[in-house]
Order: sequence, then structure tokens, then C-alpha cells
Amino acid sequence: MGFWKLGFFGILFGAFLFSIDAVELRRNQPTERISGSAGDVLEDDPVGRLKVFVYELPSKYNKKILQKDPRCLAHMFAAEIFMHRFLLSSAVRTLNPEEADWFYTPVYTTCDLTPNGLPLPFKSPRMMRSAIQLISSNWPYWNRTEGADHFFVVPHDFGACFHYQEEKAIERGILPLLQRATLVQTFGQRNHVCLKDGSITIPPYAPPQKMHTHLIPDKTPRSIFVYFRGLFYDVGNDPEGGYYARGARAAVWENFKNNPLFDISTEHPTTYYEDMQRAVFCLCPLGWAPWSPRLVEAVVFGCIPVIIADDIVLPFADAIPWEEIGVFVDEQDVPKLDTILTSIPPEVILRKQRLLANPSMKQAMLFPQPAQAGDAFHQVLNGLARKLPHERSVFLKPGEKSLNWTAGPVGDLKPW
Amino acid sequence: MKLSTLQQSYINRRTNSFRGSTQLDSSTDGAVKSPATIFWLVLHGVCCLISLVLGFRFSRLVFFFLFSTSSNNIYTVPFNSDAGITIPVETQLNHINSLNRTAVVASRVVVGRHGIRIRPWPHPDPVEVMKAHGIIERVQKEQKALFGVKNPKTVIAVTPTYVRTFQALHLTGVMHSLMLVPYDLIWIVVEAGGVTNETASLIAKSGLRTIHVGFHQRMPNSWDARHKVESLMRLHALRIVRKERLDGVVMFADDSNMHNMELFDEIQNVKWIGAVSVGILLHSVDAAEISSLVQKEGEEDTMPMPVQGPACNGTDKLVGWHTFNSLRYSGTSAVYIDDRAPVLPRKLEWSGFVLNSRLLWKDVDDKPEWIKDLDALDGDGEEIENPLSLLKSTTVVEPLGSCGRHVLLWWLRVEARTDSKFPARWIIDPPLDITVPSKHTQWPDAPPELPSNDEKEKVFAGTEEQSNKHTTKTKTSRSRRSRSKRKHDTKVIGVQVSTHSEQTEI
Repeated sequence: MGFWKLGFFGILFGAFLFSIDAVELRRNQPTERISGSAGDVLEDDPVGRLKVFVYELPSKYNKKILQKDPRCLAHMFAAEIFMHRFLLSSAVRTLNPEEADWFYTPVYTTCDLTPNGLPLPFKSPRMMRSAIQLISSNWPYWNRTEGADHFFVVPHDFGACFHYQEEKAIERGILPLLQRATLVQTFGQRNHVCLKDGSITIPPYAPPQKMHTHLIPDKTPRSIFVYFRGLFYDVGNDPEGGYYARGARAAVWENFKNNPLFDISTEHPTTYYEDMQRAVFCLCPLGWAPWSPRLVEAVVFGCIPVIIADDIVLPFADAIPWEEIGVFVDEQDVPKLDTILTSIPPEVILRKQRLLANPSMKQAMLFPQPAQAGDAFHQVLNGLARKLPHERSVFLKPGEKSLNWTAGPVGDLKPW
Repeated sequence: MKLSTLQQSYINRRTNSFRGSTQLDSSTDGAVKSPATIFWLVLHGVCCLISLVLGFRFSRLVFFFLFSTSSNNIYTVPFNSDAGITIPVETQLNHINSLNRTAVVASRVVVGRHGIRIRPWPHPDPVEVMKAHGIIERVQKEQKALFGVKNPKTVIAVTPTYVRTFQALHLTGVMHSLMLVPYDLIWIVVEAGGVTNETASLIAKSGLRTIHVGFHQRMPNSWDARHKVESLMRLHALRIVRKERLDGVVMFADDSNMHNMELFDEIQNVKWIGAVSVGILLHSVDAAEISSLVQKEGEEDTMPMPVQGPACNGTDKLVGWHTFNSLRYSGTSAVYIDDRAPVLPRKLEWSGFVLNSRLLWKDVDDKPEWIKDLDALDGDGEEIENPLSLLKSTTVVEPLGSCGRHVLLWWLRVEARTDSKFPARWIIDPPLDITVPSKHTQWPDAPPELPSNDEKEKVFAGTEEQSNKHTTKTKTSRSRRSRSKRKHDTKVIGVQVSTHSEQTEI
């Protein structure tokens, strides 16, 4: 009789455990699991799947630069600094380079700021080159593969092309020394010189604490149809329009400034974050570069991002099915934006909102301090882990060389 | 030094924006000094002249396009969309990138100047606006279903009223608020002096489920007595709730109060009895009188508007009540309904409380023991000022509206003179046919251009009469021009109306 009782309770307990798995309700909102093209990879744990060795560079490459200008910790390129800090204390770090799968070089190339706070990329190629020269002469691992198992974080506008102006960036191309390395960058555009095959696209840094202090109750009804705050014309550099954002932002303004459904303006209100939480759609058009922190803000605040940037590659595109979450509008279709948005069936909109409400989606876009499970740091490591194991061709045979150390503009060859 | 001039130009040109600019700058670095500058000055002047002629800004880039050989990109004529001149755009650019990119698949996205696409009619399309509103409604419905109240209870609104001039004004306000409530609603209207057609016709417009009962007493003329009678009327309504065994949340919607729609969402959270904060709007004909009253006290009030409601401590527990302090207004408050002085509320008004209707039912097992029976209050000589008298202990009251921090309704009492007359159901029928011309104004009469047929249709003080065109025109012209005289006009009309109604009564 006692045995039957035990068995009965055992079955009850098991049923209880299984039912917990089946229930999807989190925070009172039913959310949908995000199934990326590679499966449900957002929640993968990279620990145990890869080992990263962090080079010890002299502090002039990282700490001293940060000391000179601590604003680097708050701007949208701060991912490079936080990635370094995360890796130093992470469980994937190994102190034995022989067993490392990936090598990380902590060099802060985007921290040379103007008085206004915008980074100047002119010295970055020299800085990167000098760092690579250092690691190739002090450790044998660079020459072993010519950087193919090394990764670098280059969050600047056009990544490792190291220029803010697109024509110049295309002219320079990716720094020749980084030809074989894996680049972790915010810039992503298909068929563009500055996006290498095998790069990992990350979201720009947006301050998570600041965003979380501006959260409003979930039941506040979403009453704004389309929301956007930002420049339409860059009056200082492109007064006629047509250059900035390839004319797309100006087209949005000219077509929809009279439309009551579009809450768009250049003013920067104090309730910016709260307003995004009251909007159904948030525009994320390109600026001088296709990416923008608005995507991160839209995802965190549950507003469906409307991405107006041709051929853009969004963060973690192999793990997040962006077509199901956001709305993509070609730049040439901007005049028809209202027709496009109003013709989306309500069920599709509700589904997108459910996907956005998934906390793992929001977490994947953020760089919290200290790092949490499923955040952007872990997604980068997941991306690196998915590239393992390295191919045999990565390891060079003795005598085989492919990197040209003197390639590039003459100015880059000067020591830093 | 190409690098430094580029840097220089970048830093120099930046005021508040980021990027280095047009091709023009980048190709002129390192140019020869004076002939080049003179050349550019001349070019600038020519462009200005052309702009003057054409009427919009003519860009120097055209010349660059025509004459440059070292540029990487070839552009079509750039155009702009200045204010007022919008050129519909459909052109694409030809882009030739002369770099060694043959290995890379050519991107379909081109770098350089693009046109700004504007559709021919950049204004909202009404069909699409309606579709967008439909989408917003659907999204909000989903939000309500997810985050709103799960099992909404019926709202039982209790309103004491009586027939007077401002009844239509107040009752319509409450009625519209109740019509907007997204939950089931039962409206109990208790009318002093018995049920009348006046009130019934007003209420019938709501489309809500109403219970309209009469109360045997007439409403007295002094505010004190009126408060007492209103309390008795509300108790009468509570007895109806008990008799009919209505299930839901009972709230007291006085007919001159103003309600925030969030109030109805908040009261769904009540378990047995709850209290909300009520803002007190003290009406006075002379606003300066009120402010002088406030300043007379000398103490600085943190809130310019007095608020009644629950008081909580740091852990959101009810510790006391914010009540209305009537000592500051002692001697200067209204006694009779038409006094021109501020009307004061009681310490705590009925409207700030909500009850679960099961508290009132008889023979219910799970009723809490701290509620007194309604019958026990019968024959009570003193006034029941608020529902706290129904409780044996007041600590069980739940503070609502984030512990009283949100003011969810406003209390106001404003009434017309008791001898003021108004047309039954606010319809003047048959139309007035006698007008007594008012005194002459210093403005000349309006020219006789208004046809007499249109006068009947014009809605001016409810009617227009067909006879006496001249006086009618004077009246309309006066109303249009003499804004400051409007007070006199209304008084005049009041007199006219009353004379008319007196005549019809005869």
C-alpha cells in the first residue's frame, strides 16, 4: 500500500515538473519563443563551448585611453570597453593560450573623442596595426594562423574601415591586417566592403539602467501609431538633403509631416523613452551609417521597429529572425510608408508584439553590467562558438604567408 | 599634409553635426591659394545670381559635376526640395565606383547624393487613417485583455438627483462618463420629490441599465439639509441593492462630480470597502475671494486644491484620513443653495468610497463581521456622513489609487438660483414670438441683408422668431459684436424666457 502511495506521489511530482515547462506565461504576458534560423539559440550558454584567451596589452592601448576620456563608457561605441571587462572575469576565459579557441585583443580604437563626444577614427588604423605588431612579436599565436582565430571588437560607424564618411571608408576598405580575423562590429550591410564574411554584428551600446528607469506600466494603452525623434536633414553637413540617410529621412519628413498618425519631429523630449512605450511602430531609418541605437530602444520598449535601410544586416542575424519581428521598408517605398503600415493585418502586428515581449529578445540587445545570462555578450560568445571548430586551413603551414604588412595608405604605416 | 587638412576641415565645419561634408571640400585640400580662392568666389557669385533668377538654391555641385575629372562618383543634377517647391522625384542615380571592387558583388545600394522622394499628394488618406485607428484599437484591446482586470465586476453607480436648472448640465456629464465605462454598469438614480419625466427623459438617452426611483422628500434649500437628504437617498439606493441582490462594486457618482475613467479601472480592485482620493473644487463667484482666504491663514498649503482621502504610511498601509478642514472657511461658506460663496464638502464625502455590494446583502455567510446591517441605521437621528458609519472599525478600508496618491475624481457643487426657471426638458416649444428689444447700443444696426426665411433655422438662444425682422437682426448683430455685453444679453433673454413661460402658464 505504501509503495502505491509513493508511486502516486512520484507521478504527481513528475506531472507538476512537466507542466511548469509547458507554461509559457511570463510577467503575465504570453510570449512566443523566438526560433532563430539556427534553432532556439538565444538562450544557449557559451560556457564550456569555447575558450578565449585575452592578450595582456600595455595600458596605453586600453586603460590609459579610457582614463583620458571617460565619456567612452557612455557613448554608443562603449561595447568594446565592456566586452573587455566582461571577458576578463568570464568563465570562458582561459589563462593558458595553448587550449584557447579564440584570442581577444583589447584595444580601444573608438575612444579618441572630439570635444563634442564623437570619435575620430584617424589614428585607429595605426593603433590597431601597432597592437597587432605587438601581439605577433610577443606571442606565436598570431603568426600561427595570421589572425584567423583572433577576434576584434570594432564598433565604429563602418567597422574596420575606420572612417565616418562612407566614400572614404569604402576607399580604405577593411584594414589589411584584419583580413583573416573575425570582426565583431555594429555595422552591417550586405555586399559592402566594410562587412566581411563571418563577421558578427552586434547592437550599439544603449545604457540599460537608464532605459529601465523609464519603464511605464504595461497596461498603458499604445495610442501613438508611428513614432520617431531625430534629424531629418543634417543641416551642418548636408544642408540640401540627399546625402544624409540617402534622402530617406528627408523623404519621411516631406511625406508625413502633415499626417496625424506620424508623431515625428526633431525635438528631443524628456519623455522620449516613455513615448516609445506608447507607440505601436517606431521608425529606425538609417543615418550616416545604417545602424542606430533606435533598434535597441524599440526592442526594449516593445515598439515594432520599422527598418528603413536597404540591405542592412541587423545584430545577431543568424540567431534572431528579424523579418518576423520588425517591418522592413525599402528606401524607395518611403512615400508609401503609411499604406504599407496600415495594410499589415492586426494578427501579424500582435504576433510581432508577442515576439518583442519575450524577455530573452530584450536581454540579447543589451550590455548590462554585470553581465547576465542571455545578454549581448553571451550572444557574441555564442556566435563565436558556432564558428568552431576552426577549419584546418586556418592553421598555416610553415612558410605560407598571406598577409601583406605594408598594404594600405601610407599614413597607416607610421608607428603609433 | 592631407590628413591634417582633412582633419582641420572636419573640425572646423562641425558645429553640431557629425560628418565631414561634400566632395567639394575634400577635393580642394592642398589647392593653390589665391587664383583658386578667386575662382571659387566668382563661382559662388555666379551661383547666387542663378539662384536669384531660378528661385531656388542652385548648387555648385553642378559645376563640380560638369568639370571635375578626379571625382569617384558621377551625379545627375542634384535638386532640392525647399519649402514650397517640391519636385516629385523618381530618378535614380548612376554610380560608378572606380575602386578595385570588381571582386565584390556590386551593391545595389549606391553611395552619394540621392533624391528625396515625395509623392504627389503628401497628405493623409482618410481610409488609411481609419485602418490605422482600427489597428490601434485592436492593439489596445489586446493590452486590456492581457494587463487589465481579469474578471471585471459590474459597476453599480448611485446618483442622488433632483429637478433644478443645472440638473441637465450635471447629470449629462455623469451620464457620459458612465457611458464610457468599459464594464457592465447598473445606474441607480434616486430622485428627490418623486420620479419625474424630466429626469427620466435625460436618463433614457444613456442606453445604460438604469433603476430610477423616487424619494419621498423634496430637496431642501440649505446645503446642510441637502447633504442630509442626499445621504438618506443613498441609503435608500443601498437598500435597493440589497433587495435586488445586485452583484458588483457600488460607487457613488454624485451628479455634479467629475470622474476620471481610471477610477472605474481602479475600483475593480476593491475587495470589500475601498477609499479613493477626491479633489475638492471650491467654487466661488469671486476667485480672488478664495485666494485671499487661503493667504489669510498664513500657512503654506502644499496643495492648492484640498484633497480628501486615505492617508498611508511608508509601507502603504492605511493610517488615517486626509479630511477637509472647514475651519478656514468658517463664516464665509454658502448656507443656501444660491449663495455666492464657496460650498464646502463634509469631512469625508460619500463619493470617495466604494463598496462590494455583497457587504449589503442579507443572509450571506462570508460577510465580514465588521459591517453593520443597513437596518440598524434606520431611524438614526444623526446624519450618516459617509460609509464609514457602516463599519464597526475603520481600519479595514482599502486605500485605492496607489494609496491615495492619484486623485481619481473631483467634487464640485455649483447650482443656479432656486428661483431660476428653465424650459421643461430644455426645449422651447412653441417658439418665442415676442421679443422685447433691449436698450440701444452705440453700434449701428447691421445692414438688412439676412433673409427672413433663414431666421427660424438659426439656433440662437434656442429659437428665432419669424416676426419683427428688425429686432431679430439687432439681437444677432449685437450678440456677434458685443462680447462684453453678453452678460446683459443673457439676462435679457432670461427675462424674456421667464415672461414667456409665465405667459404660457397663464
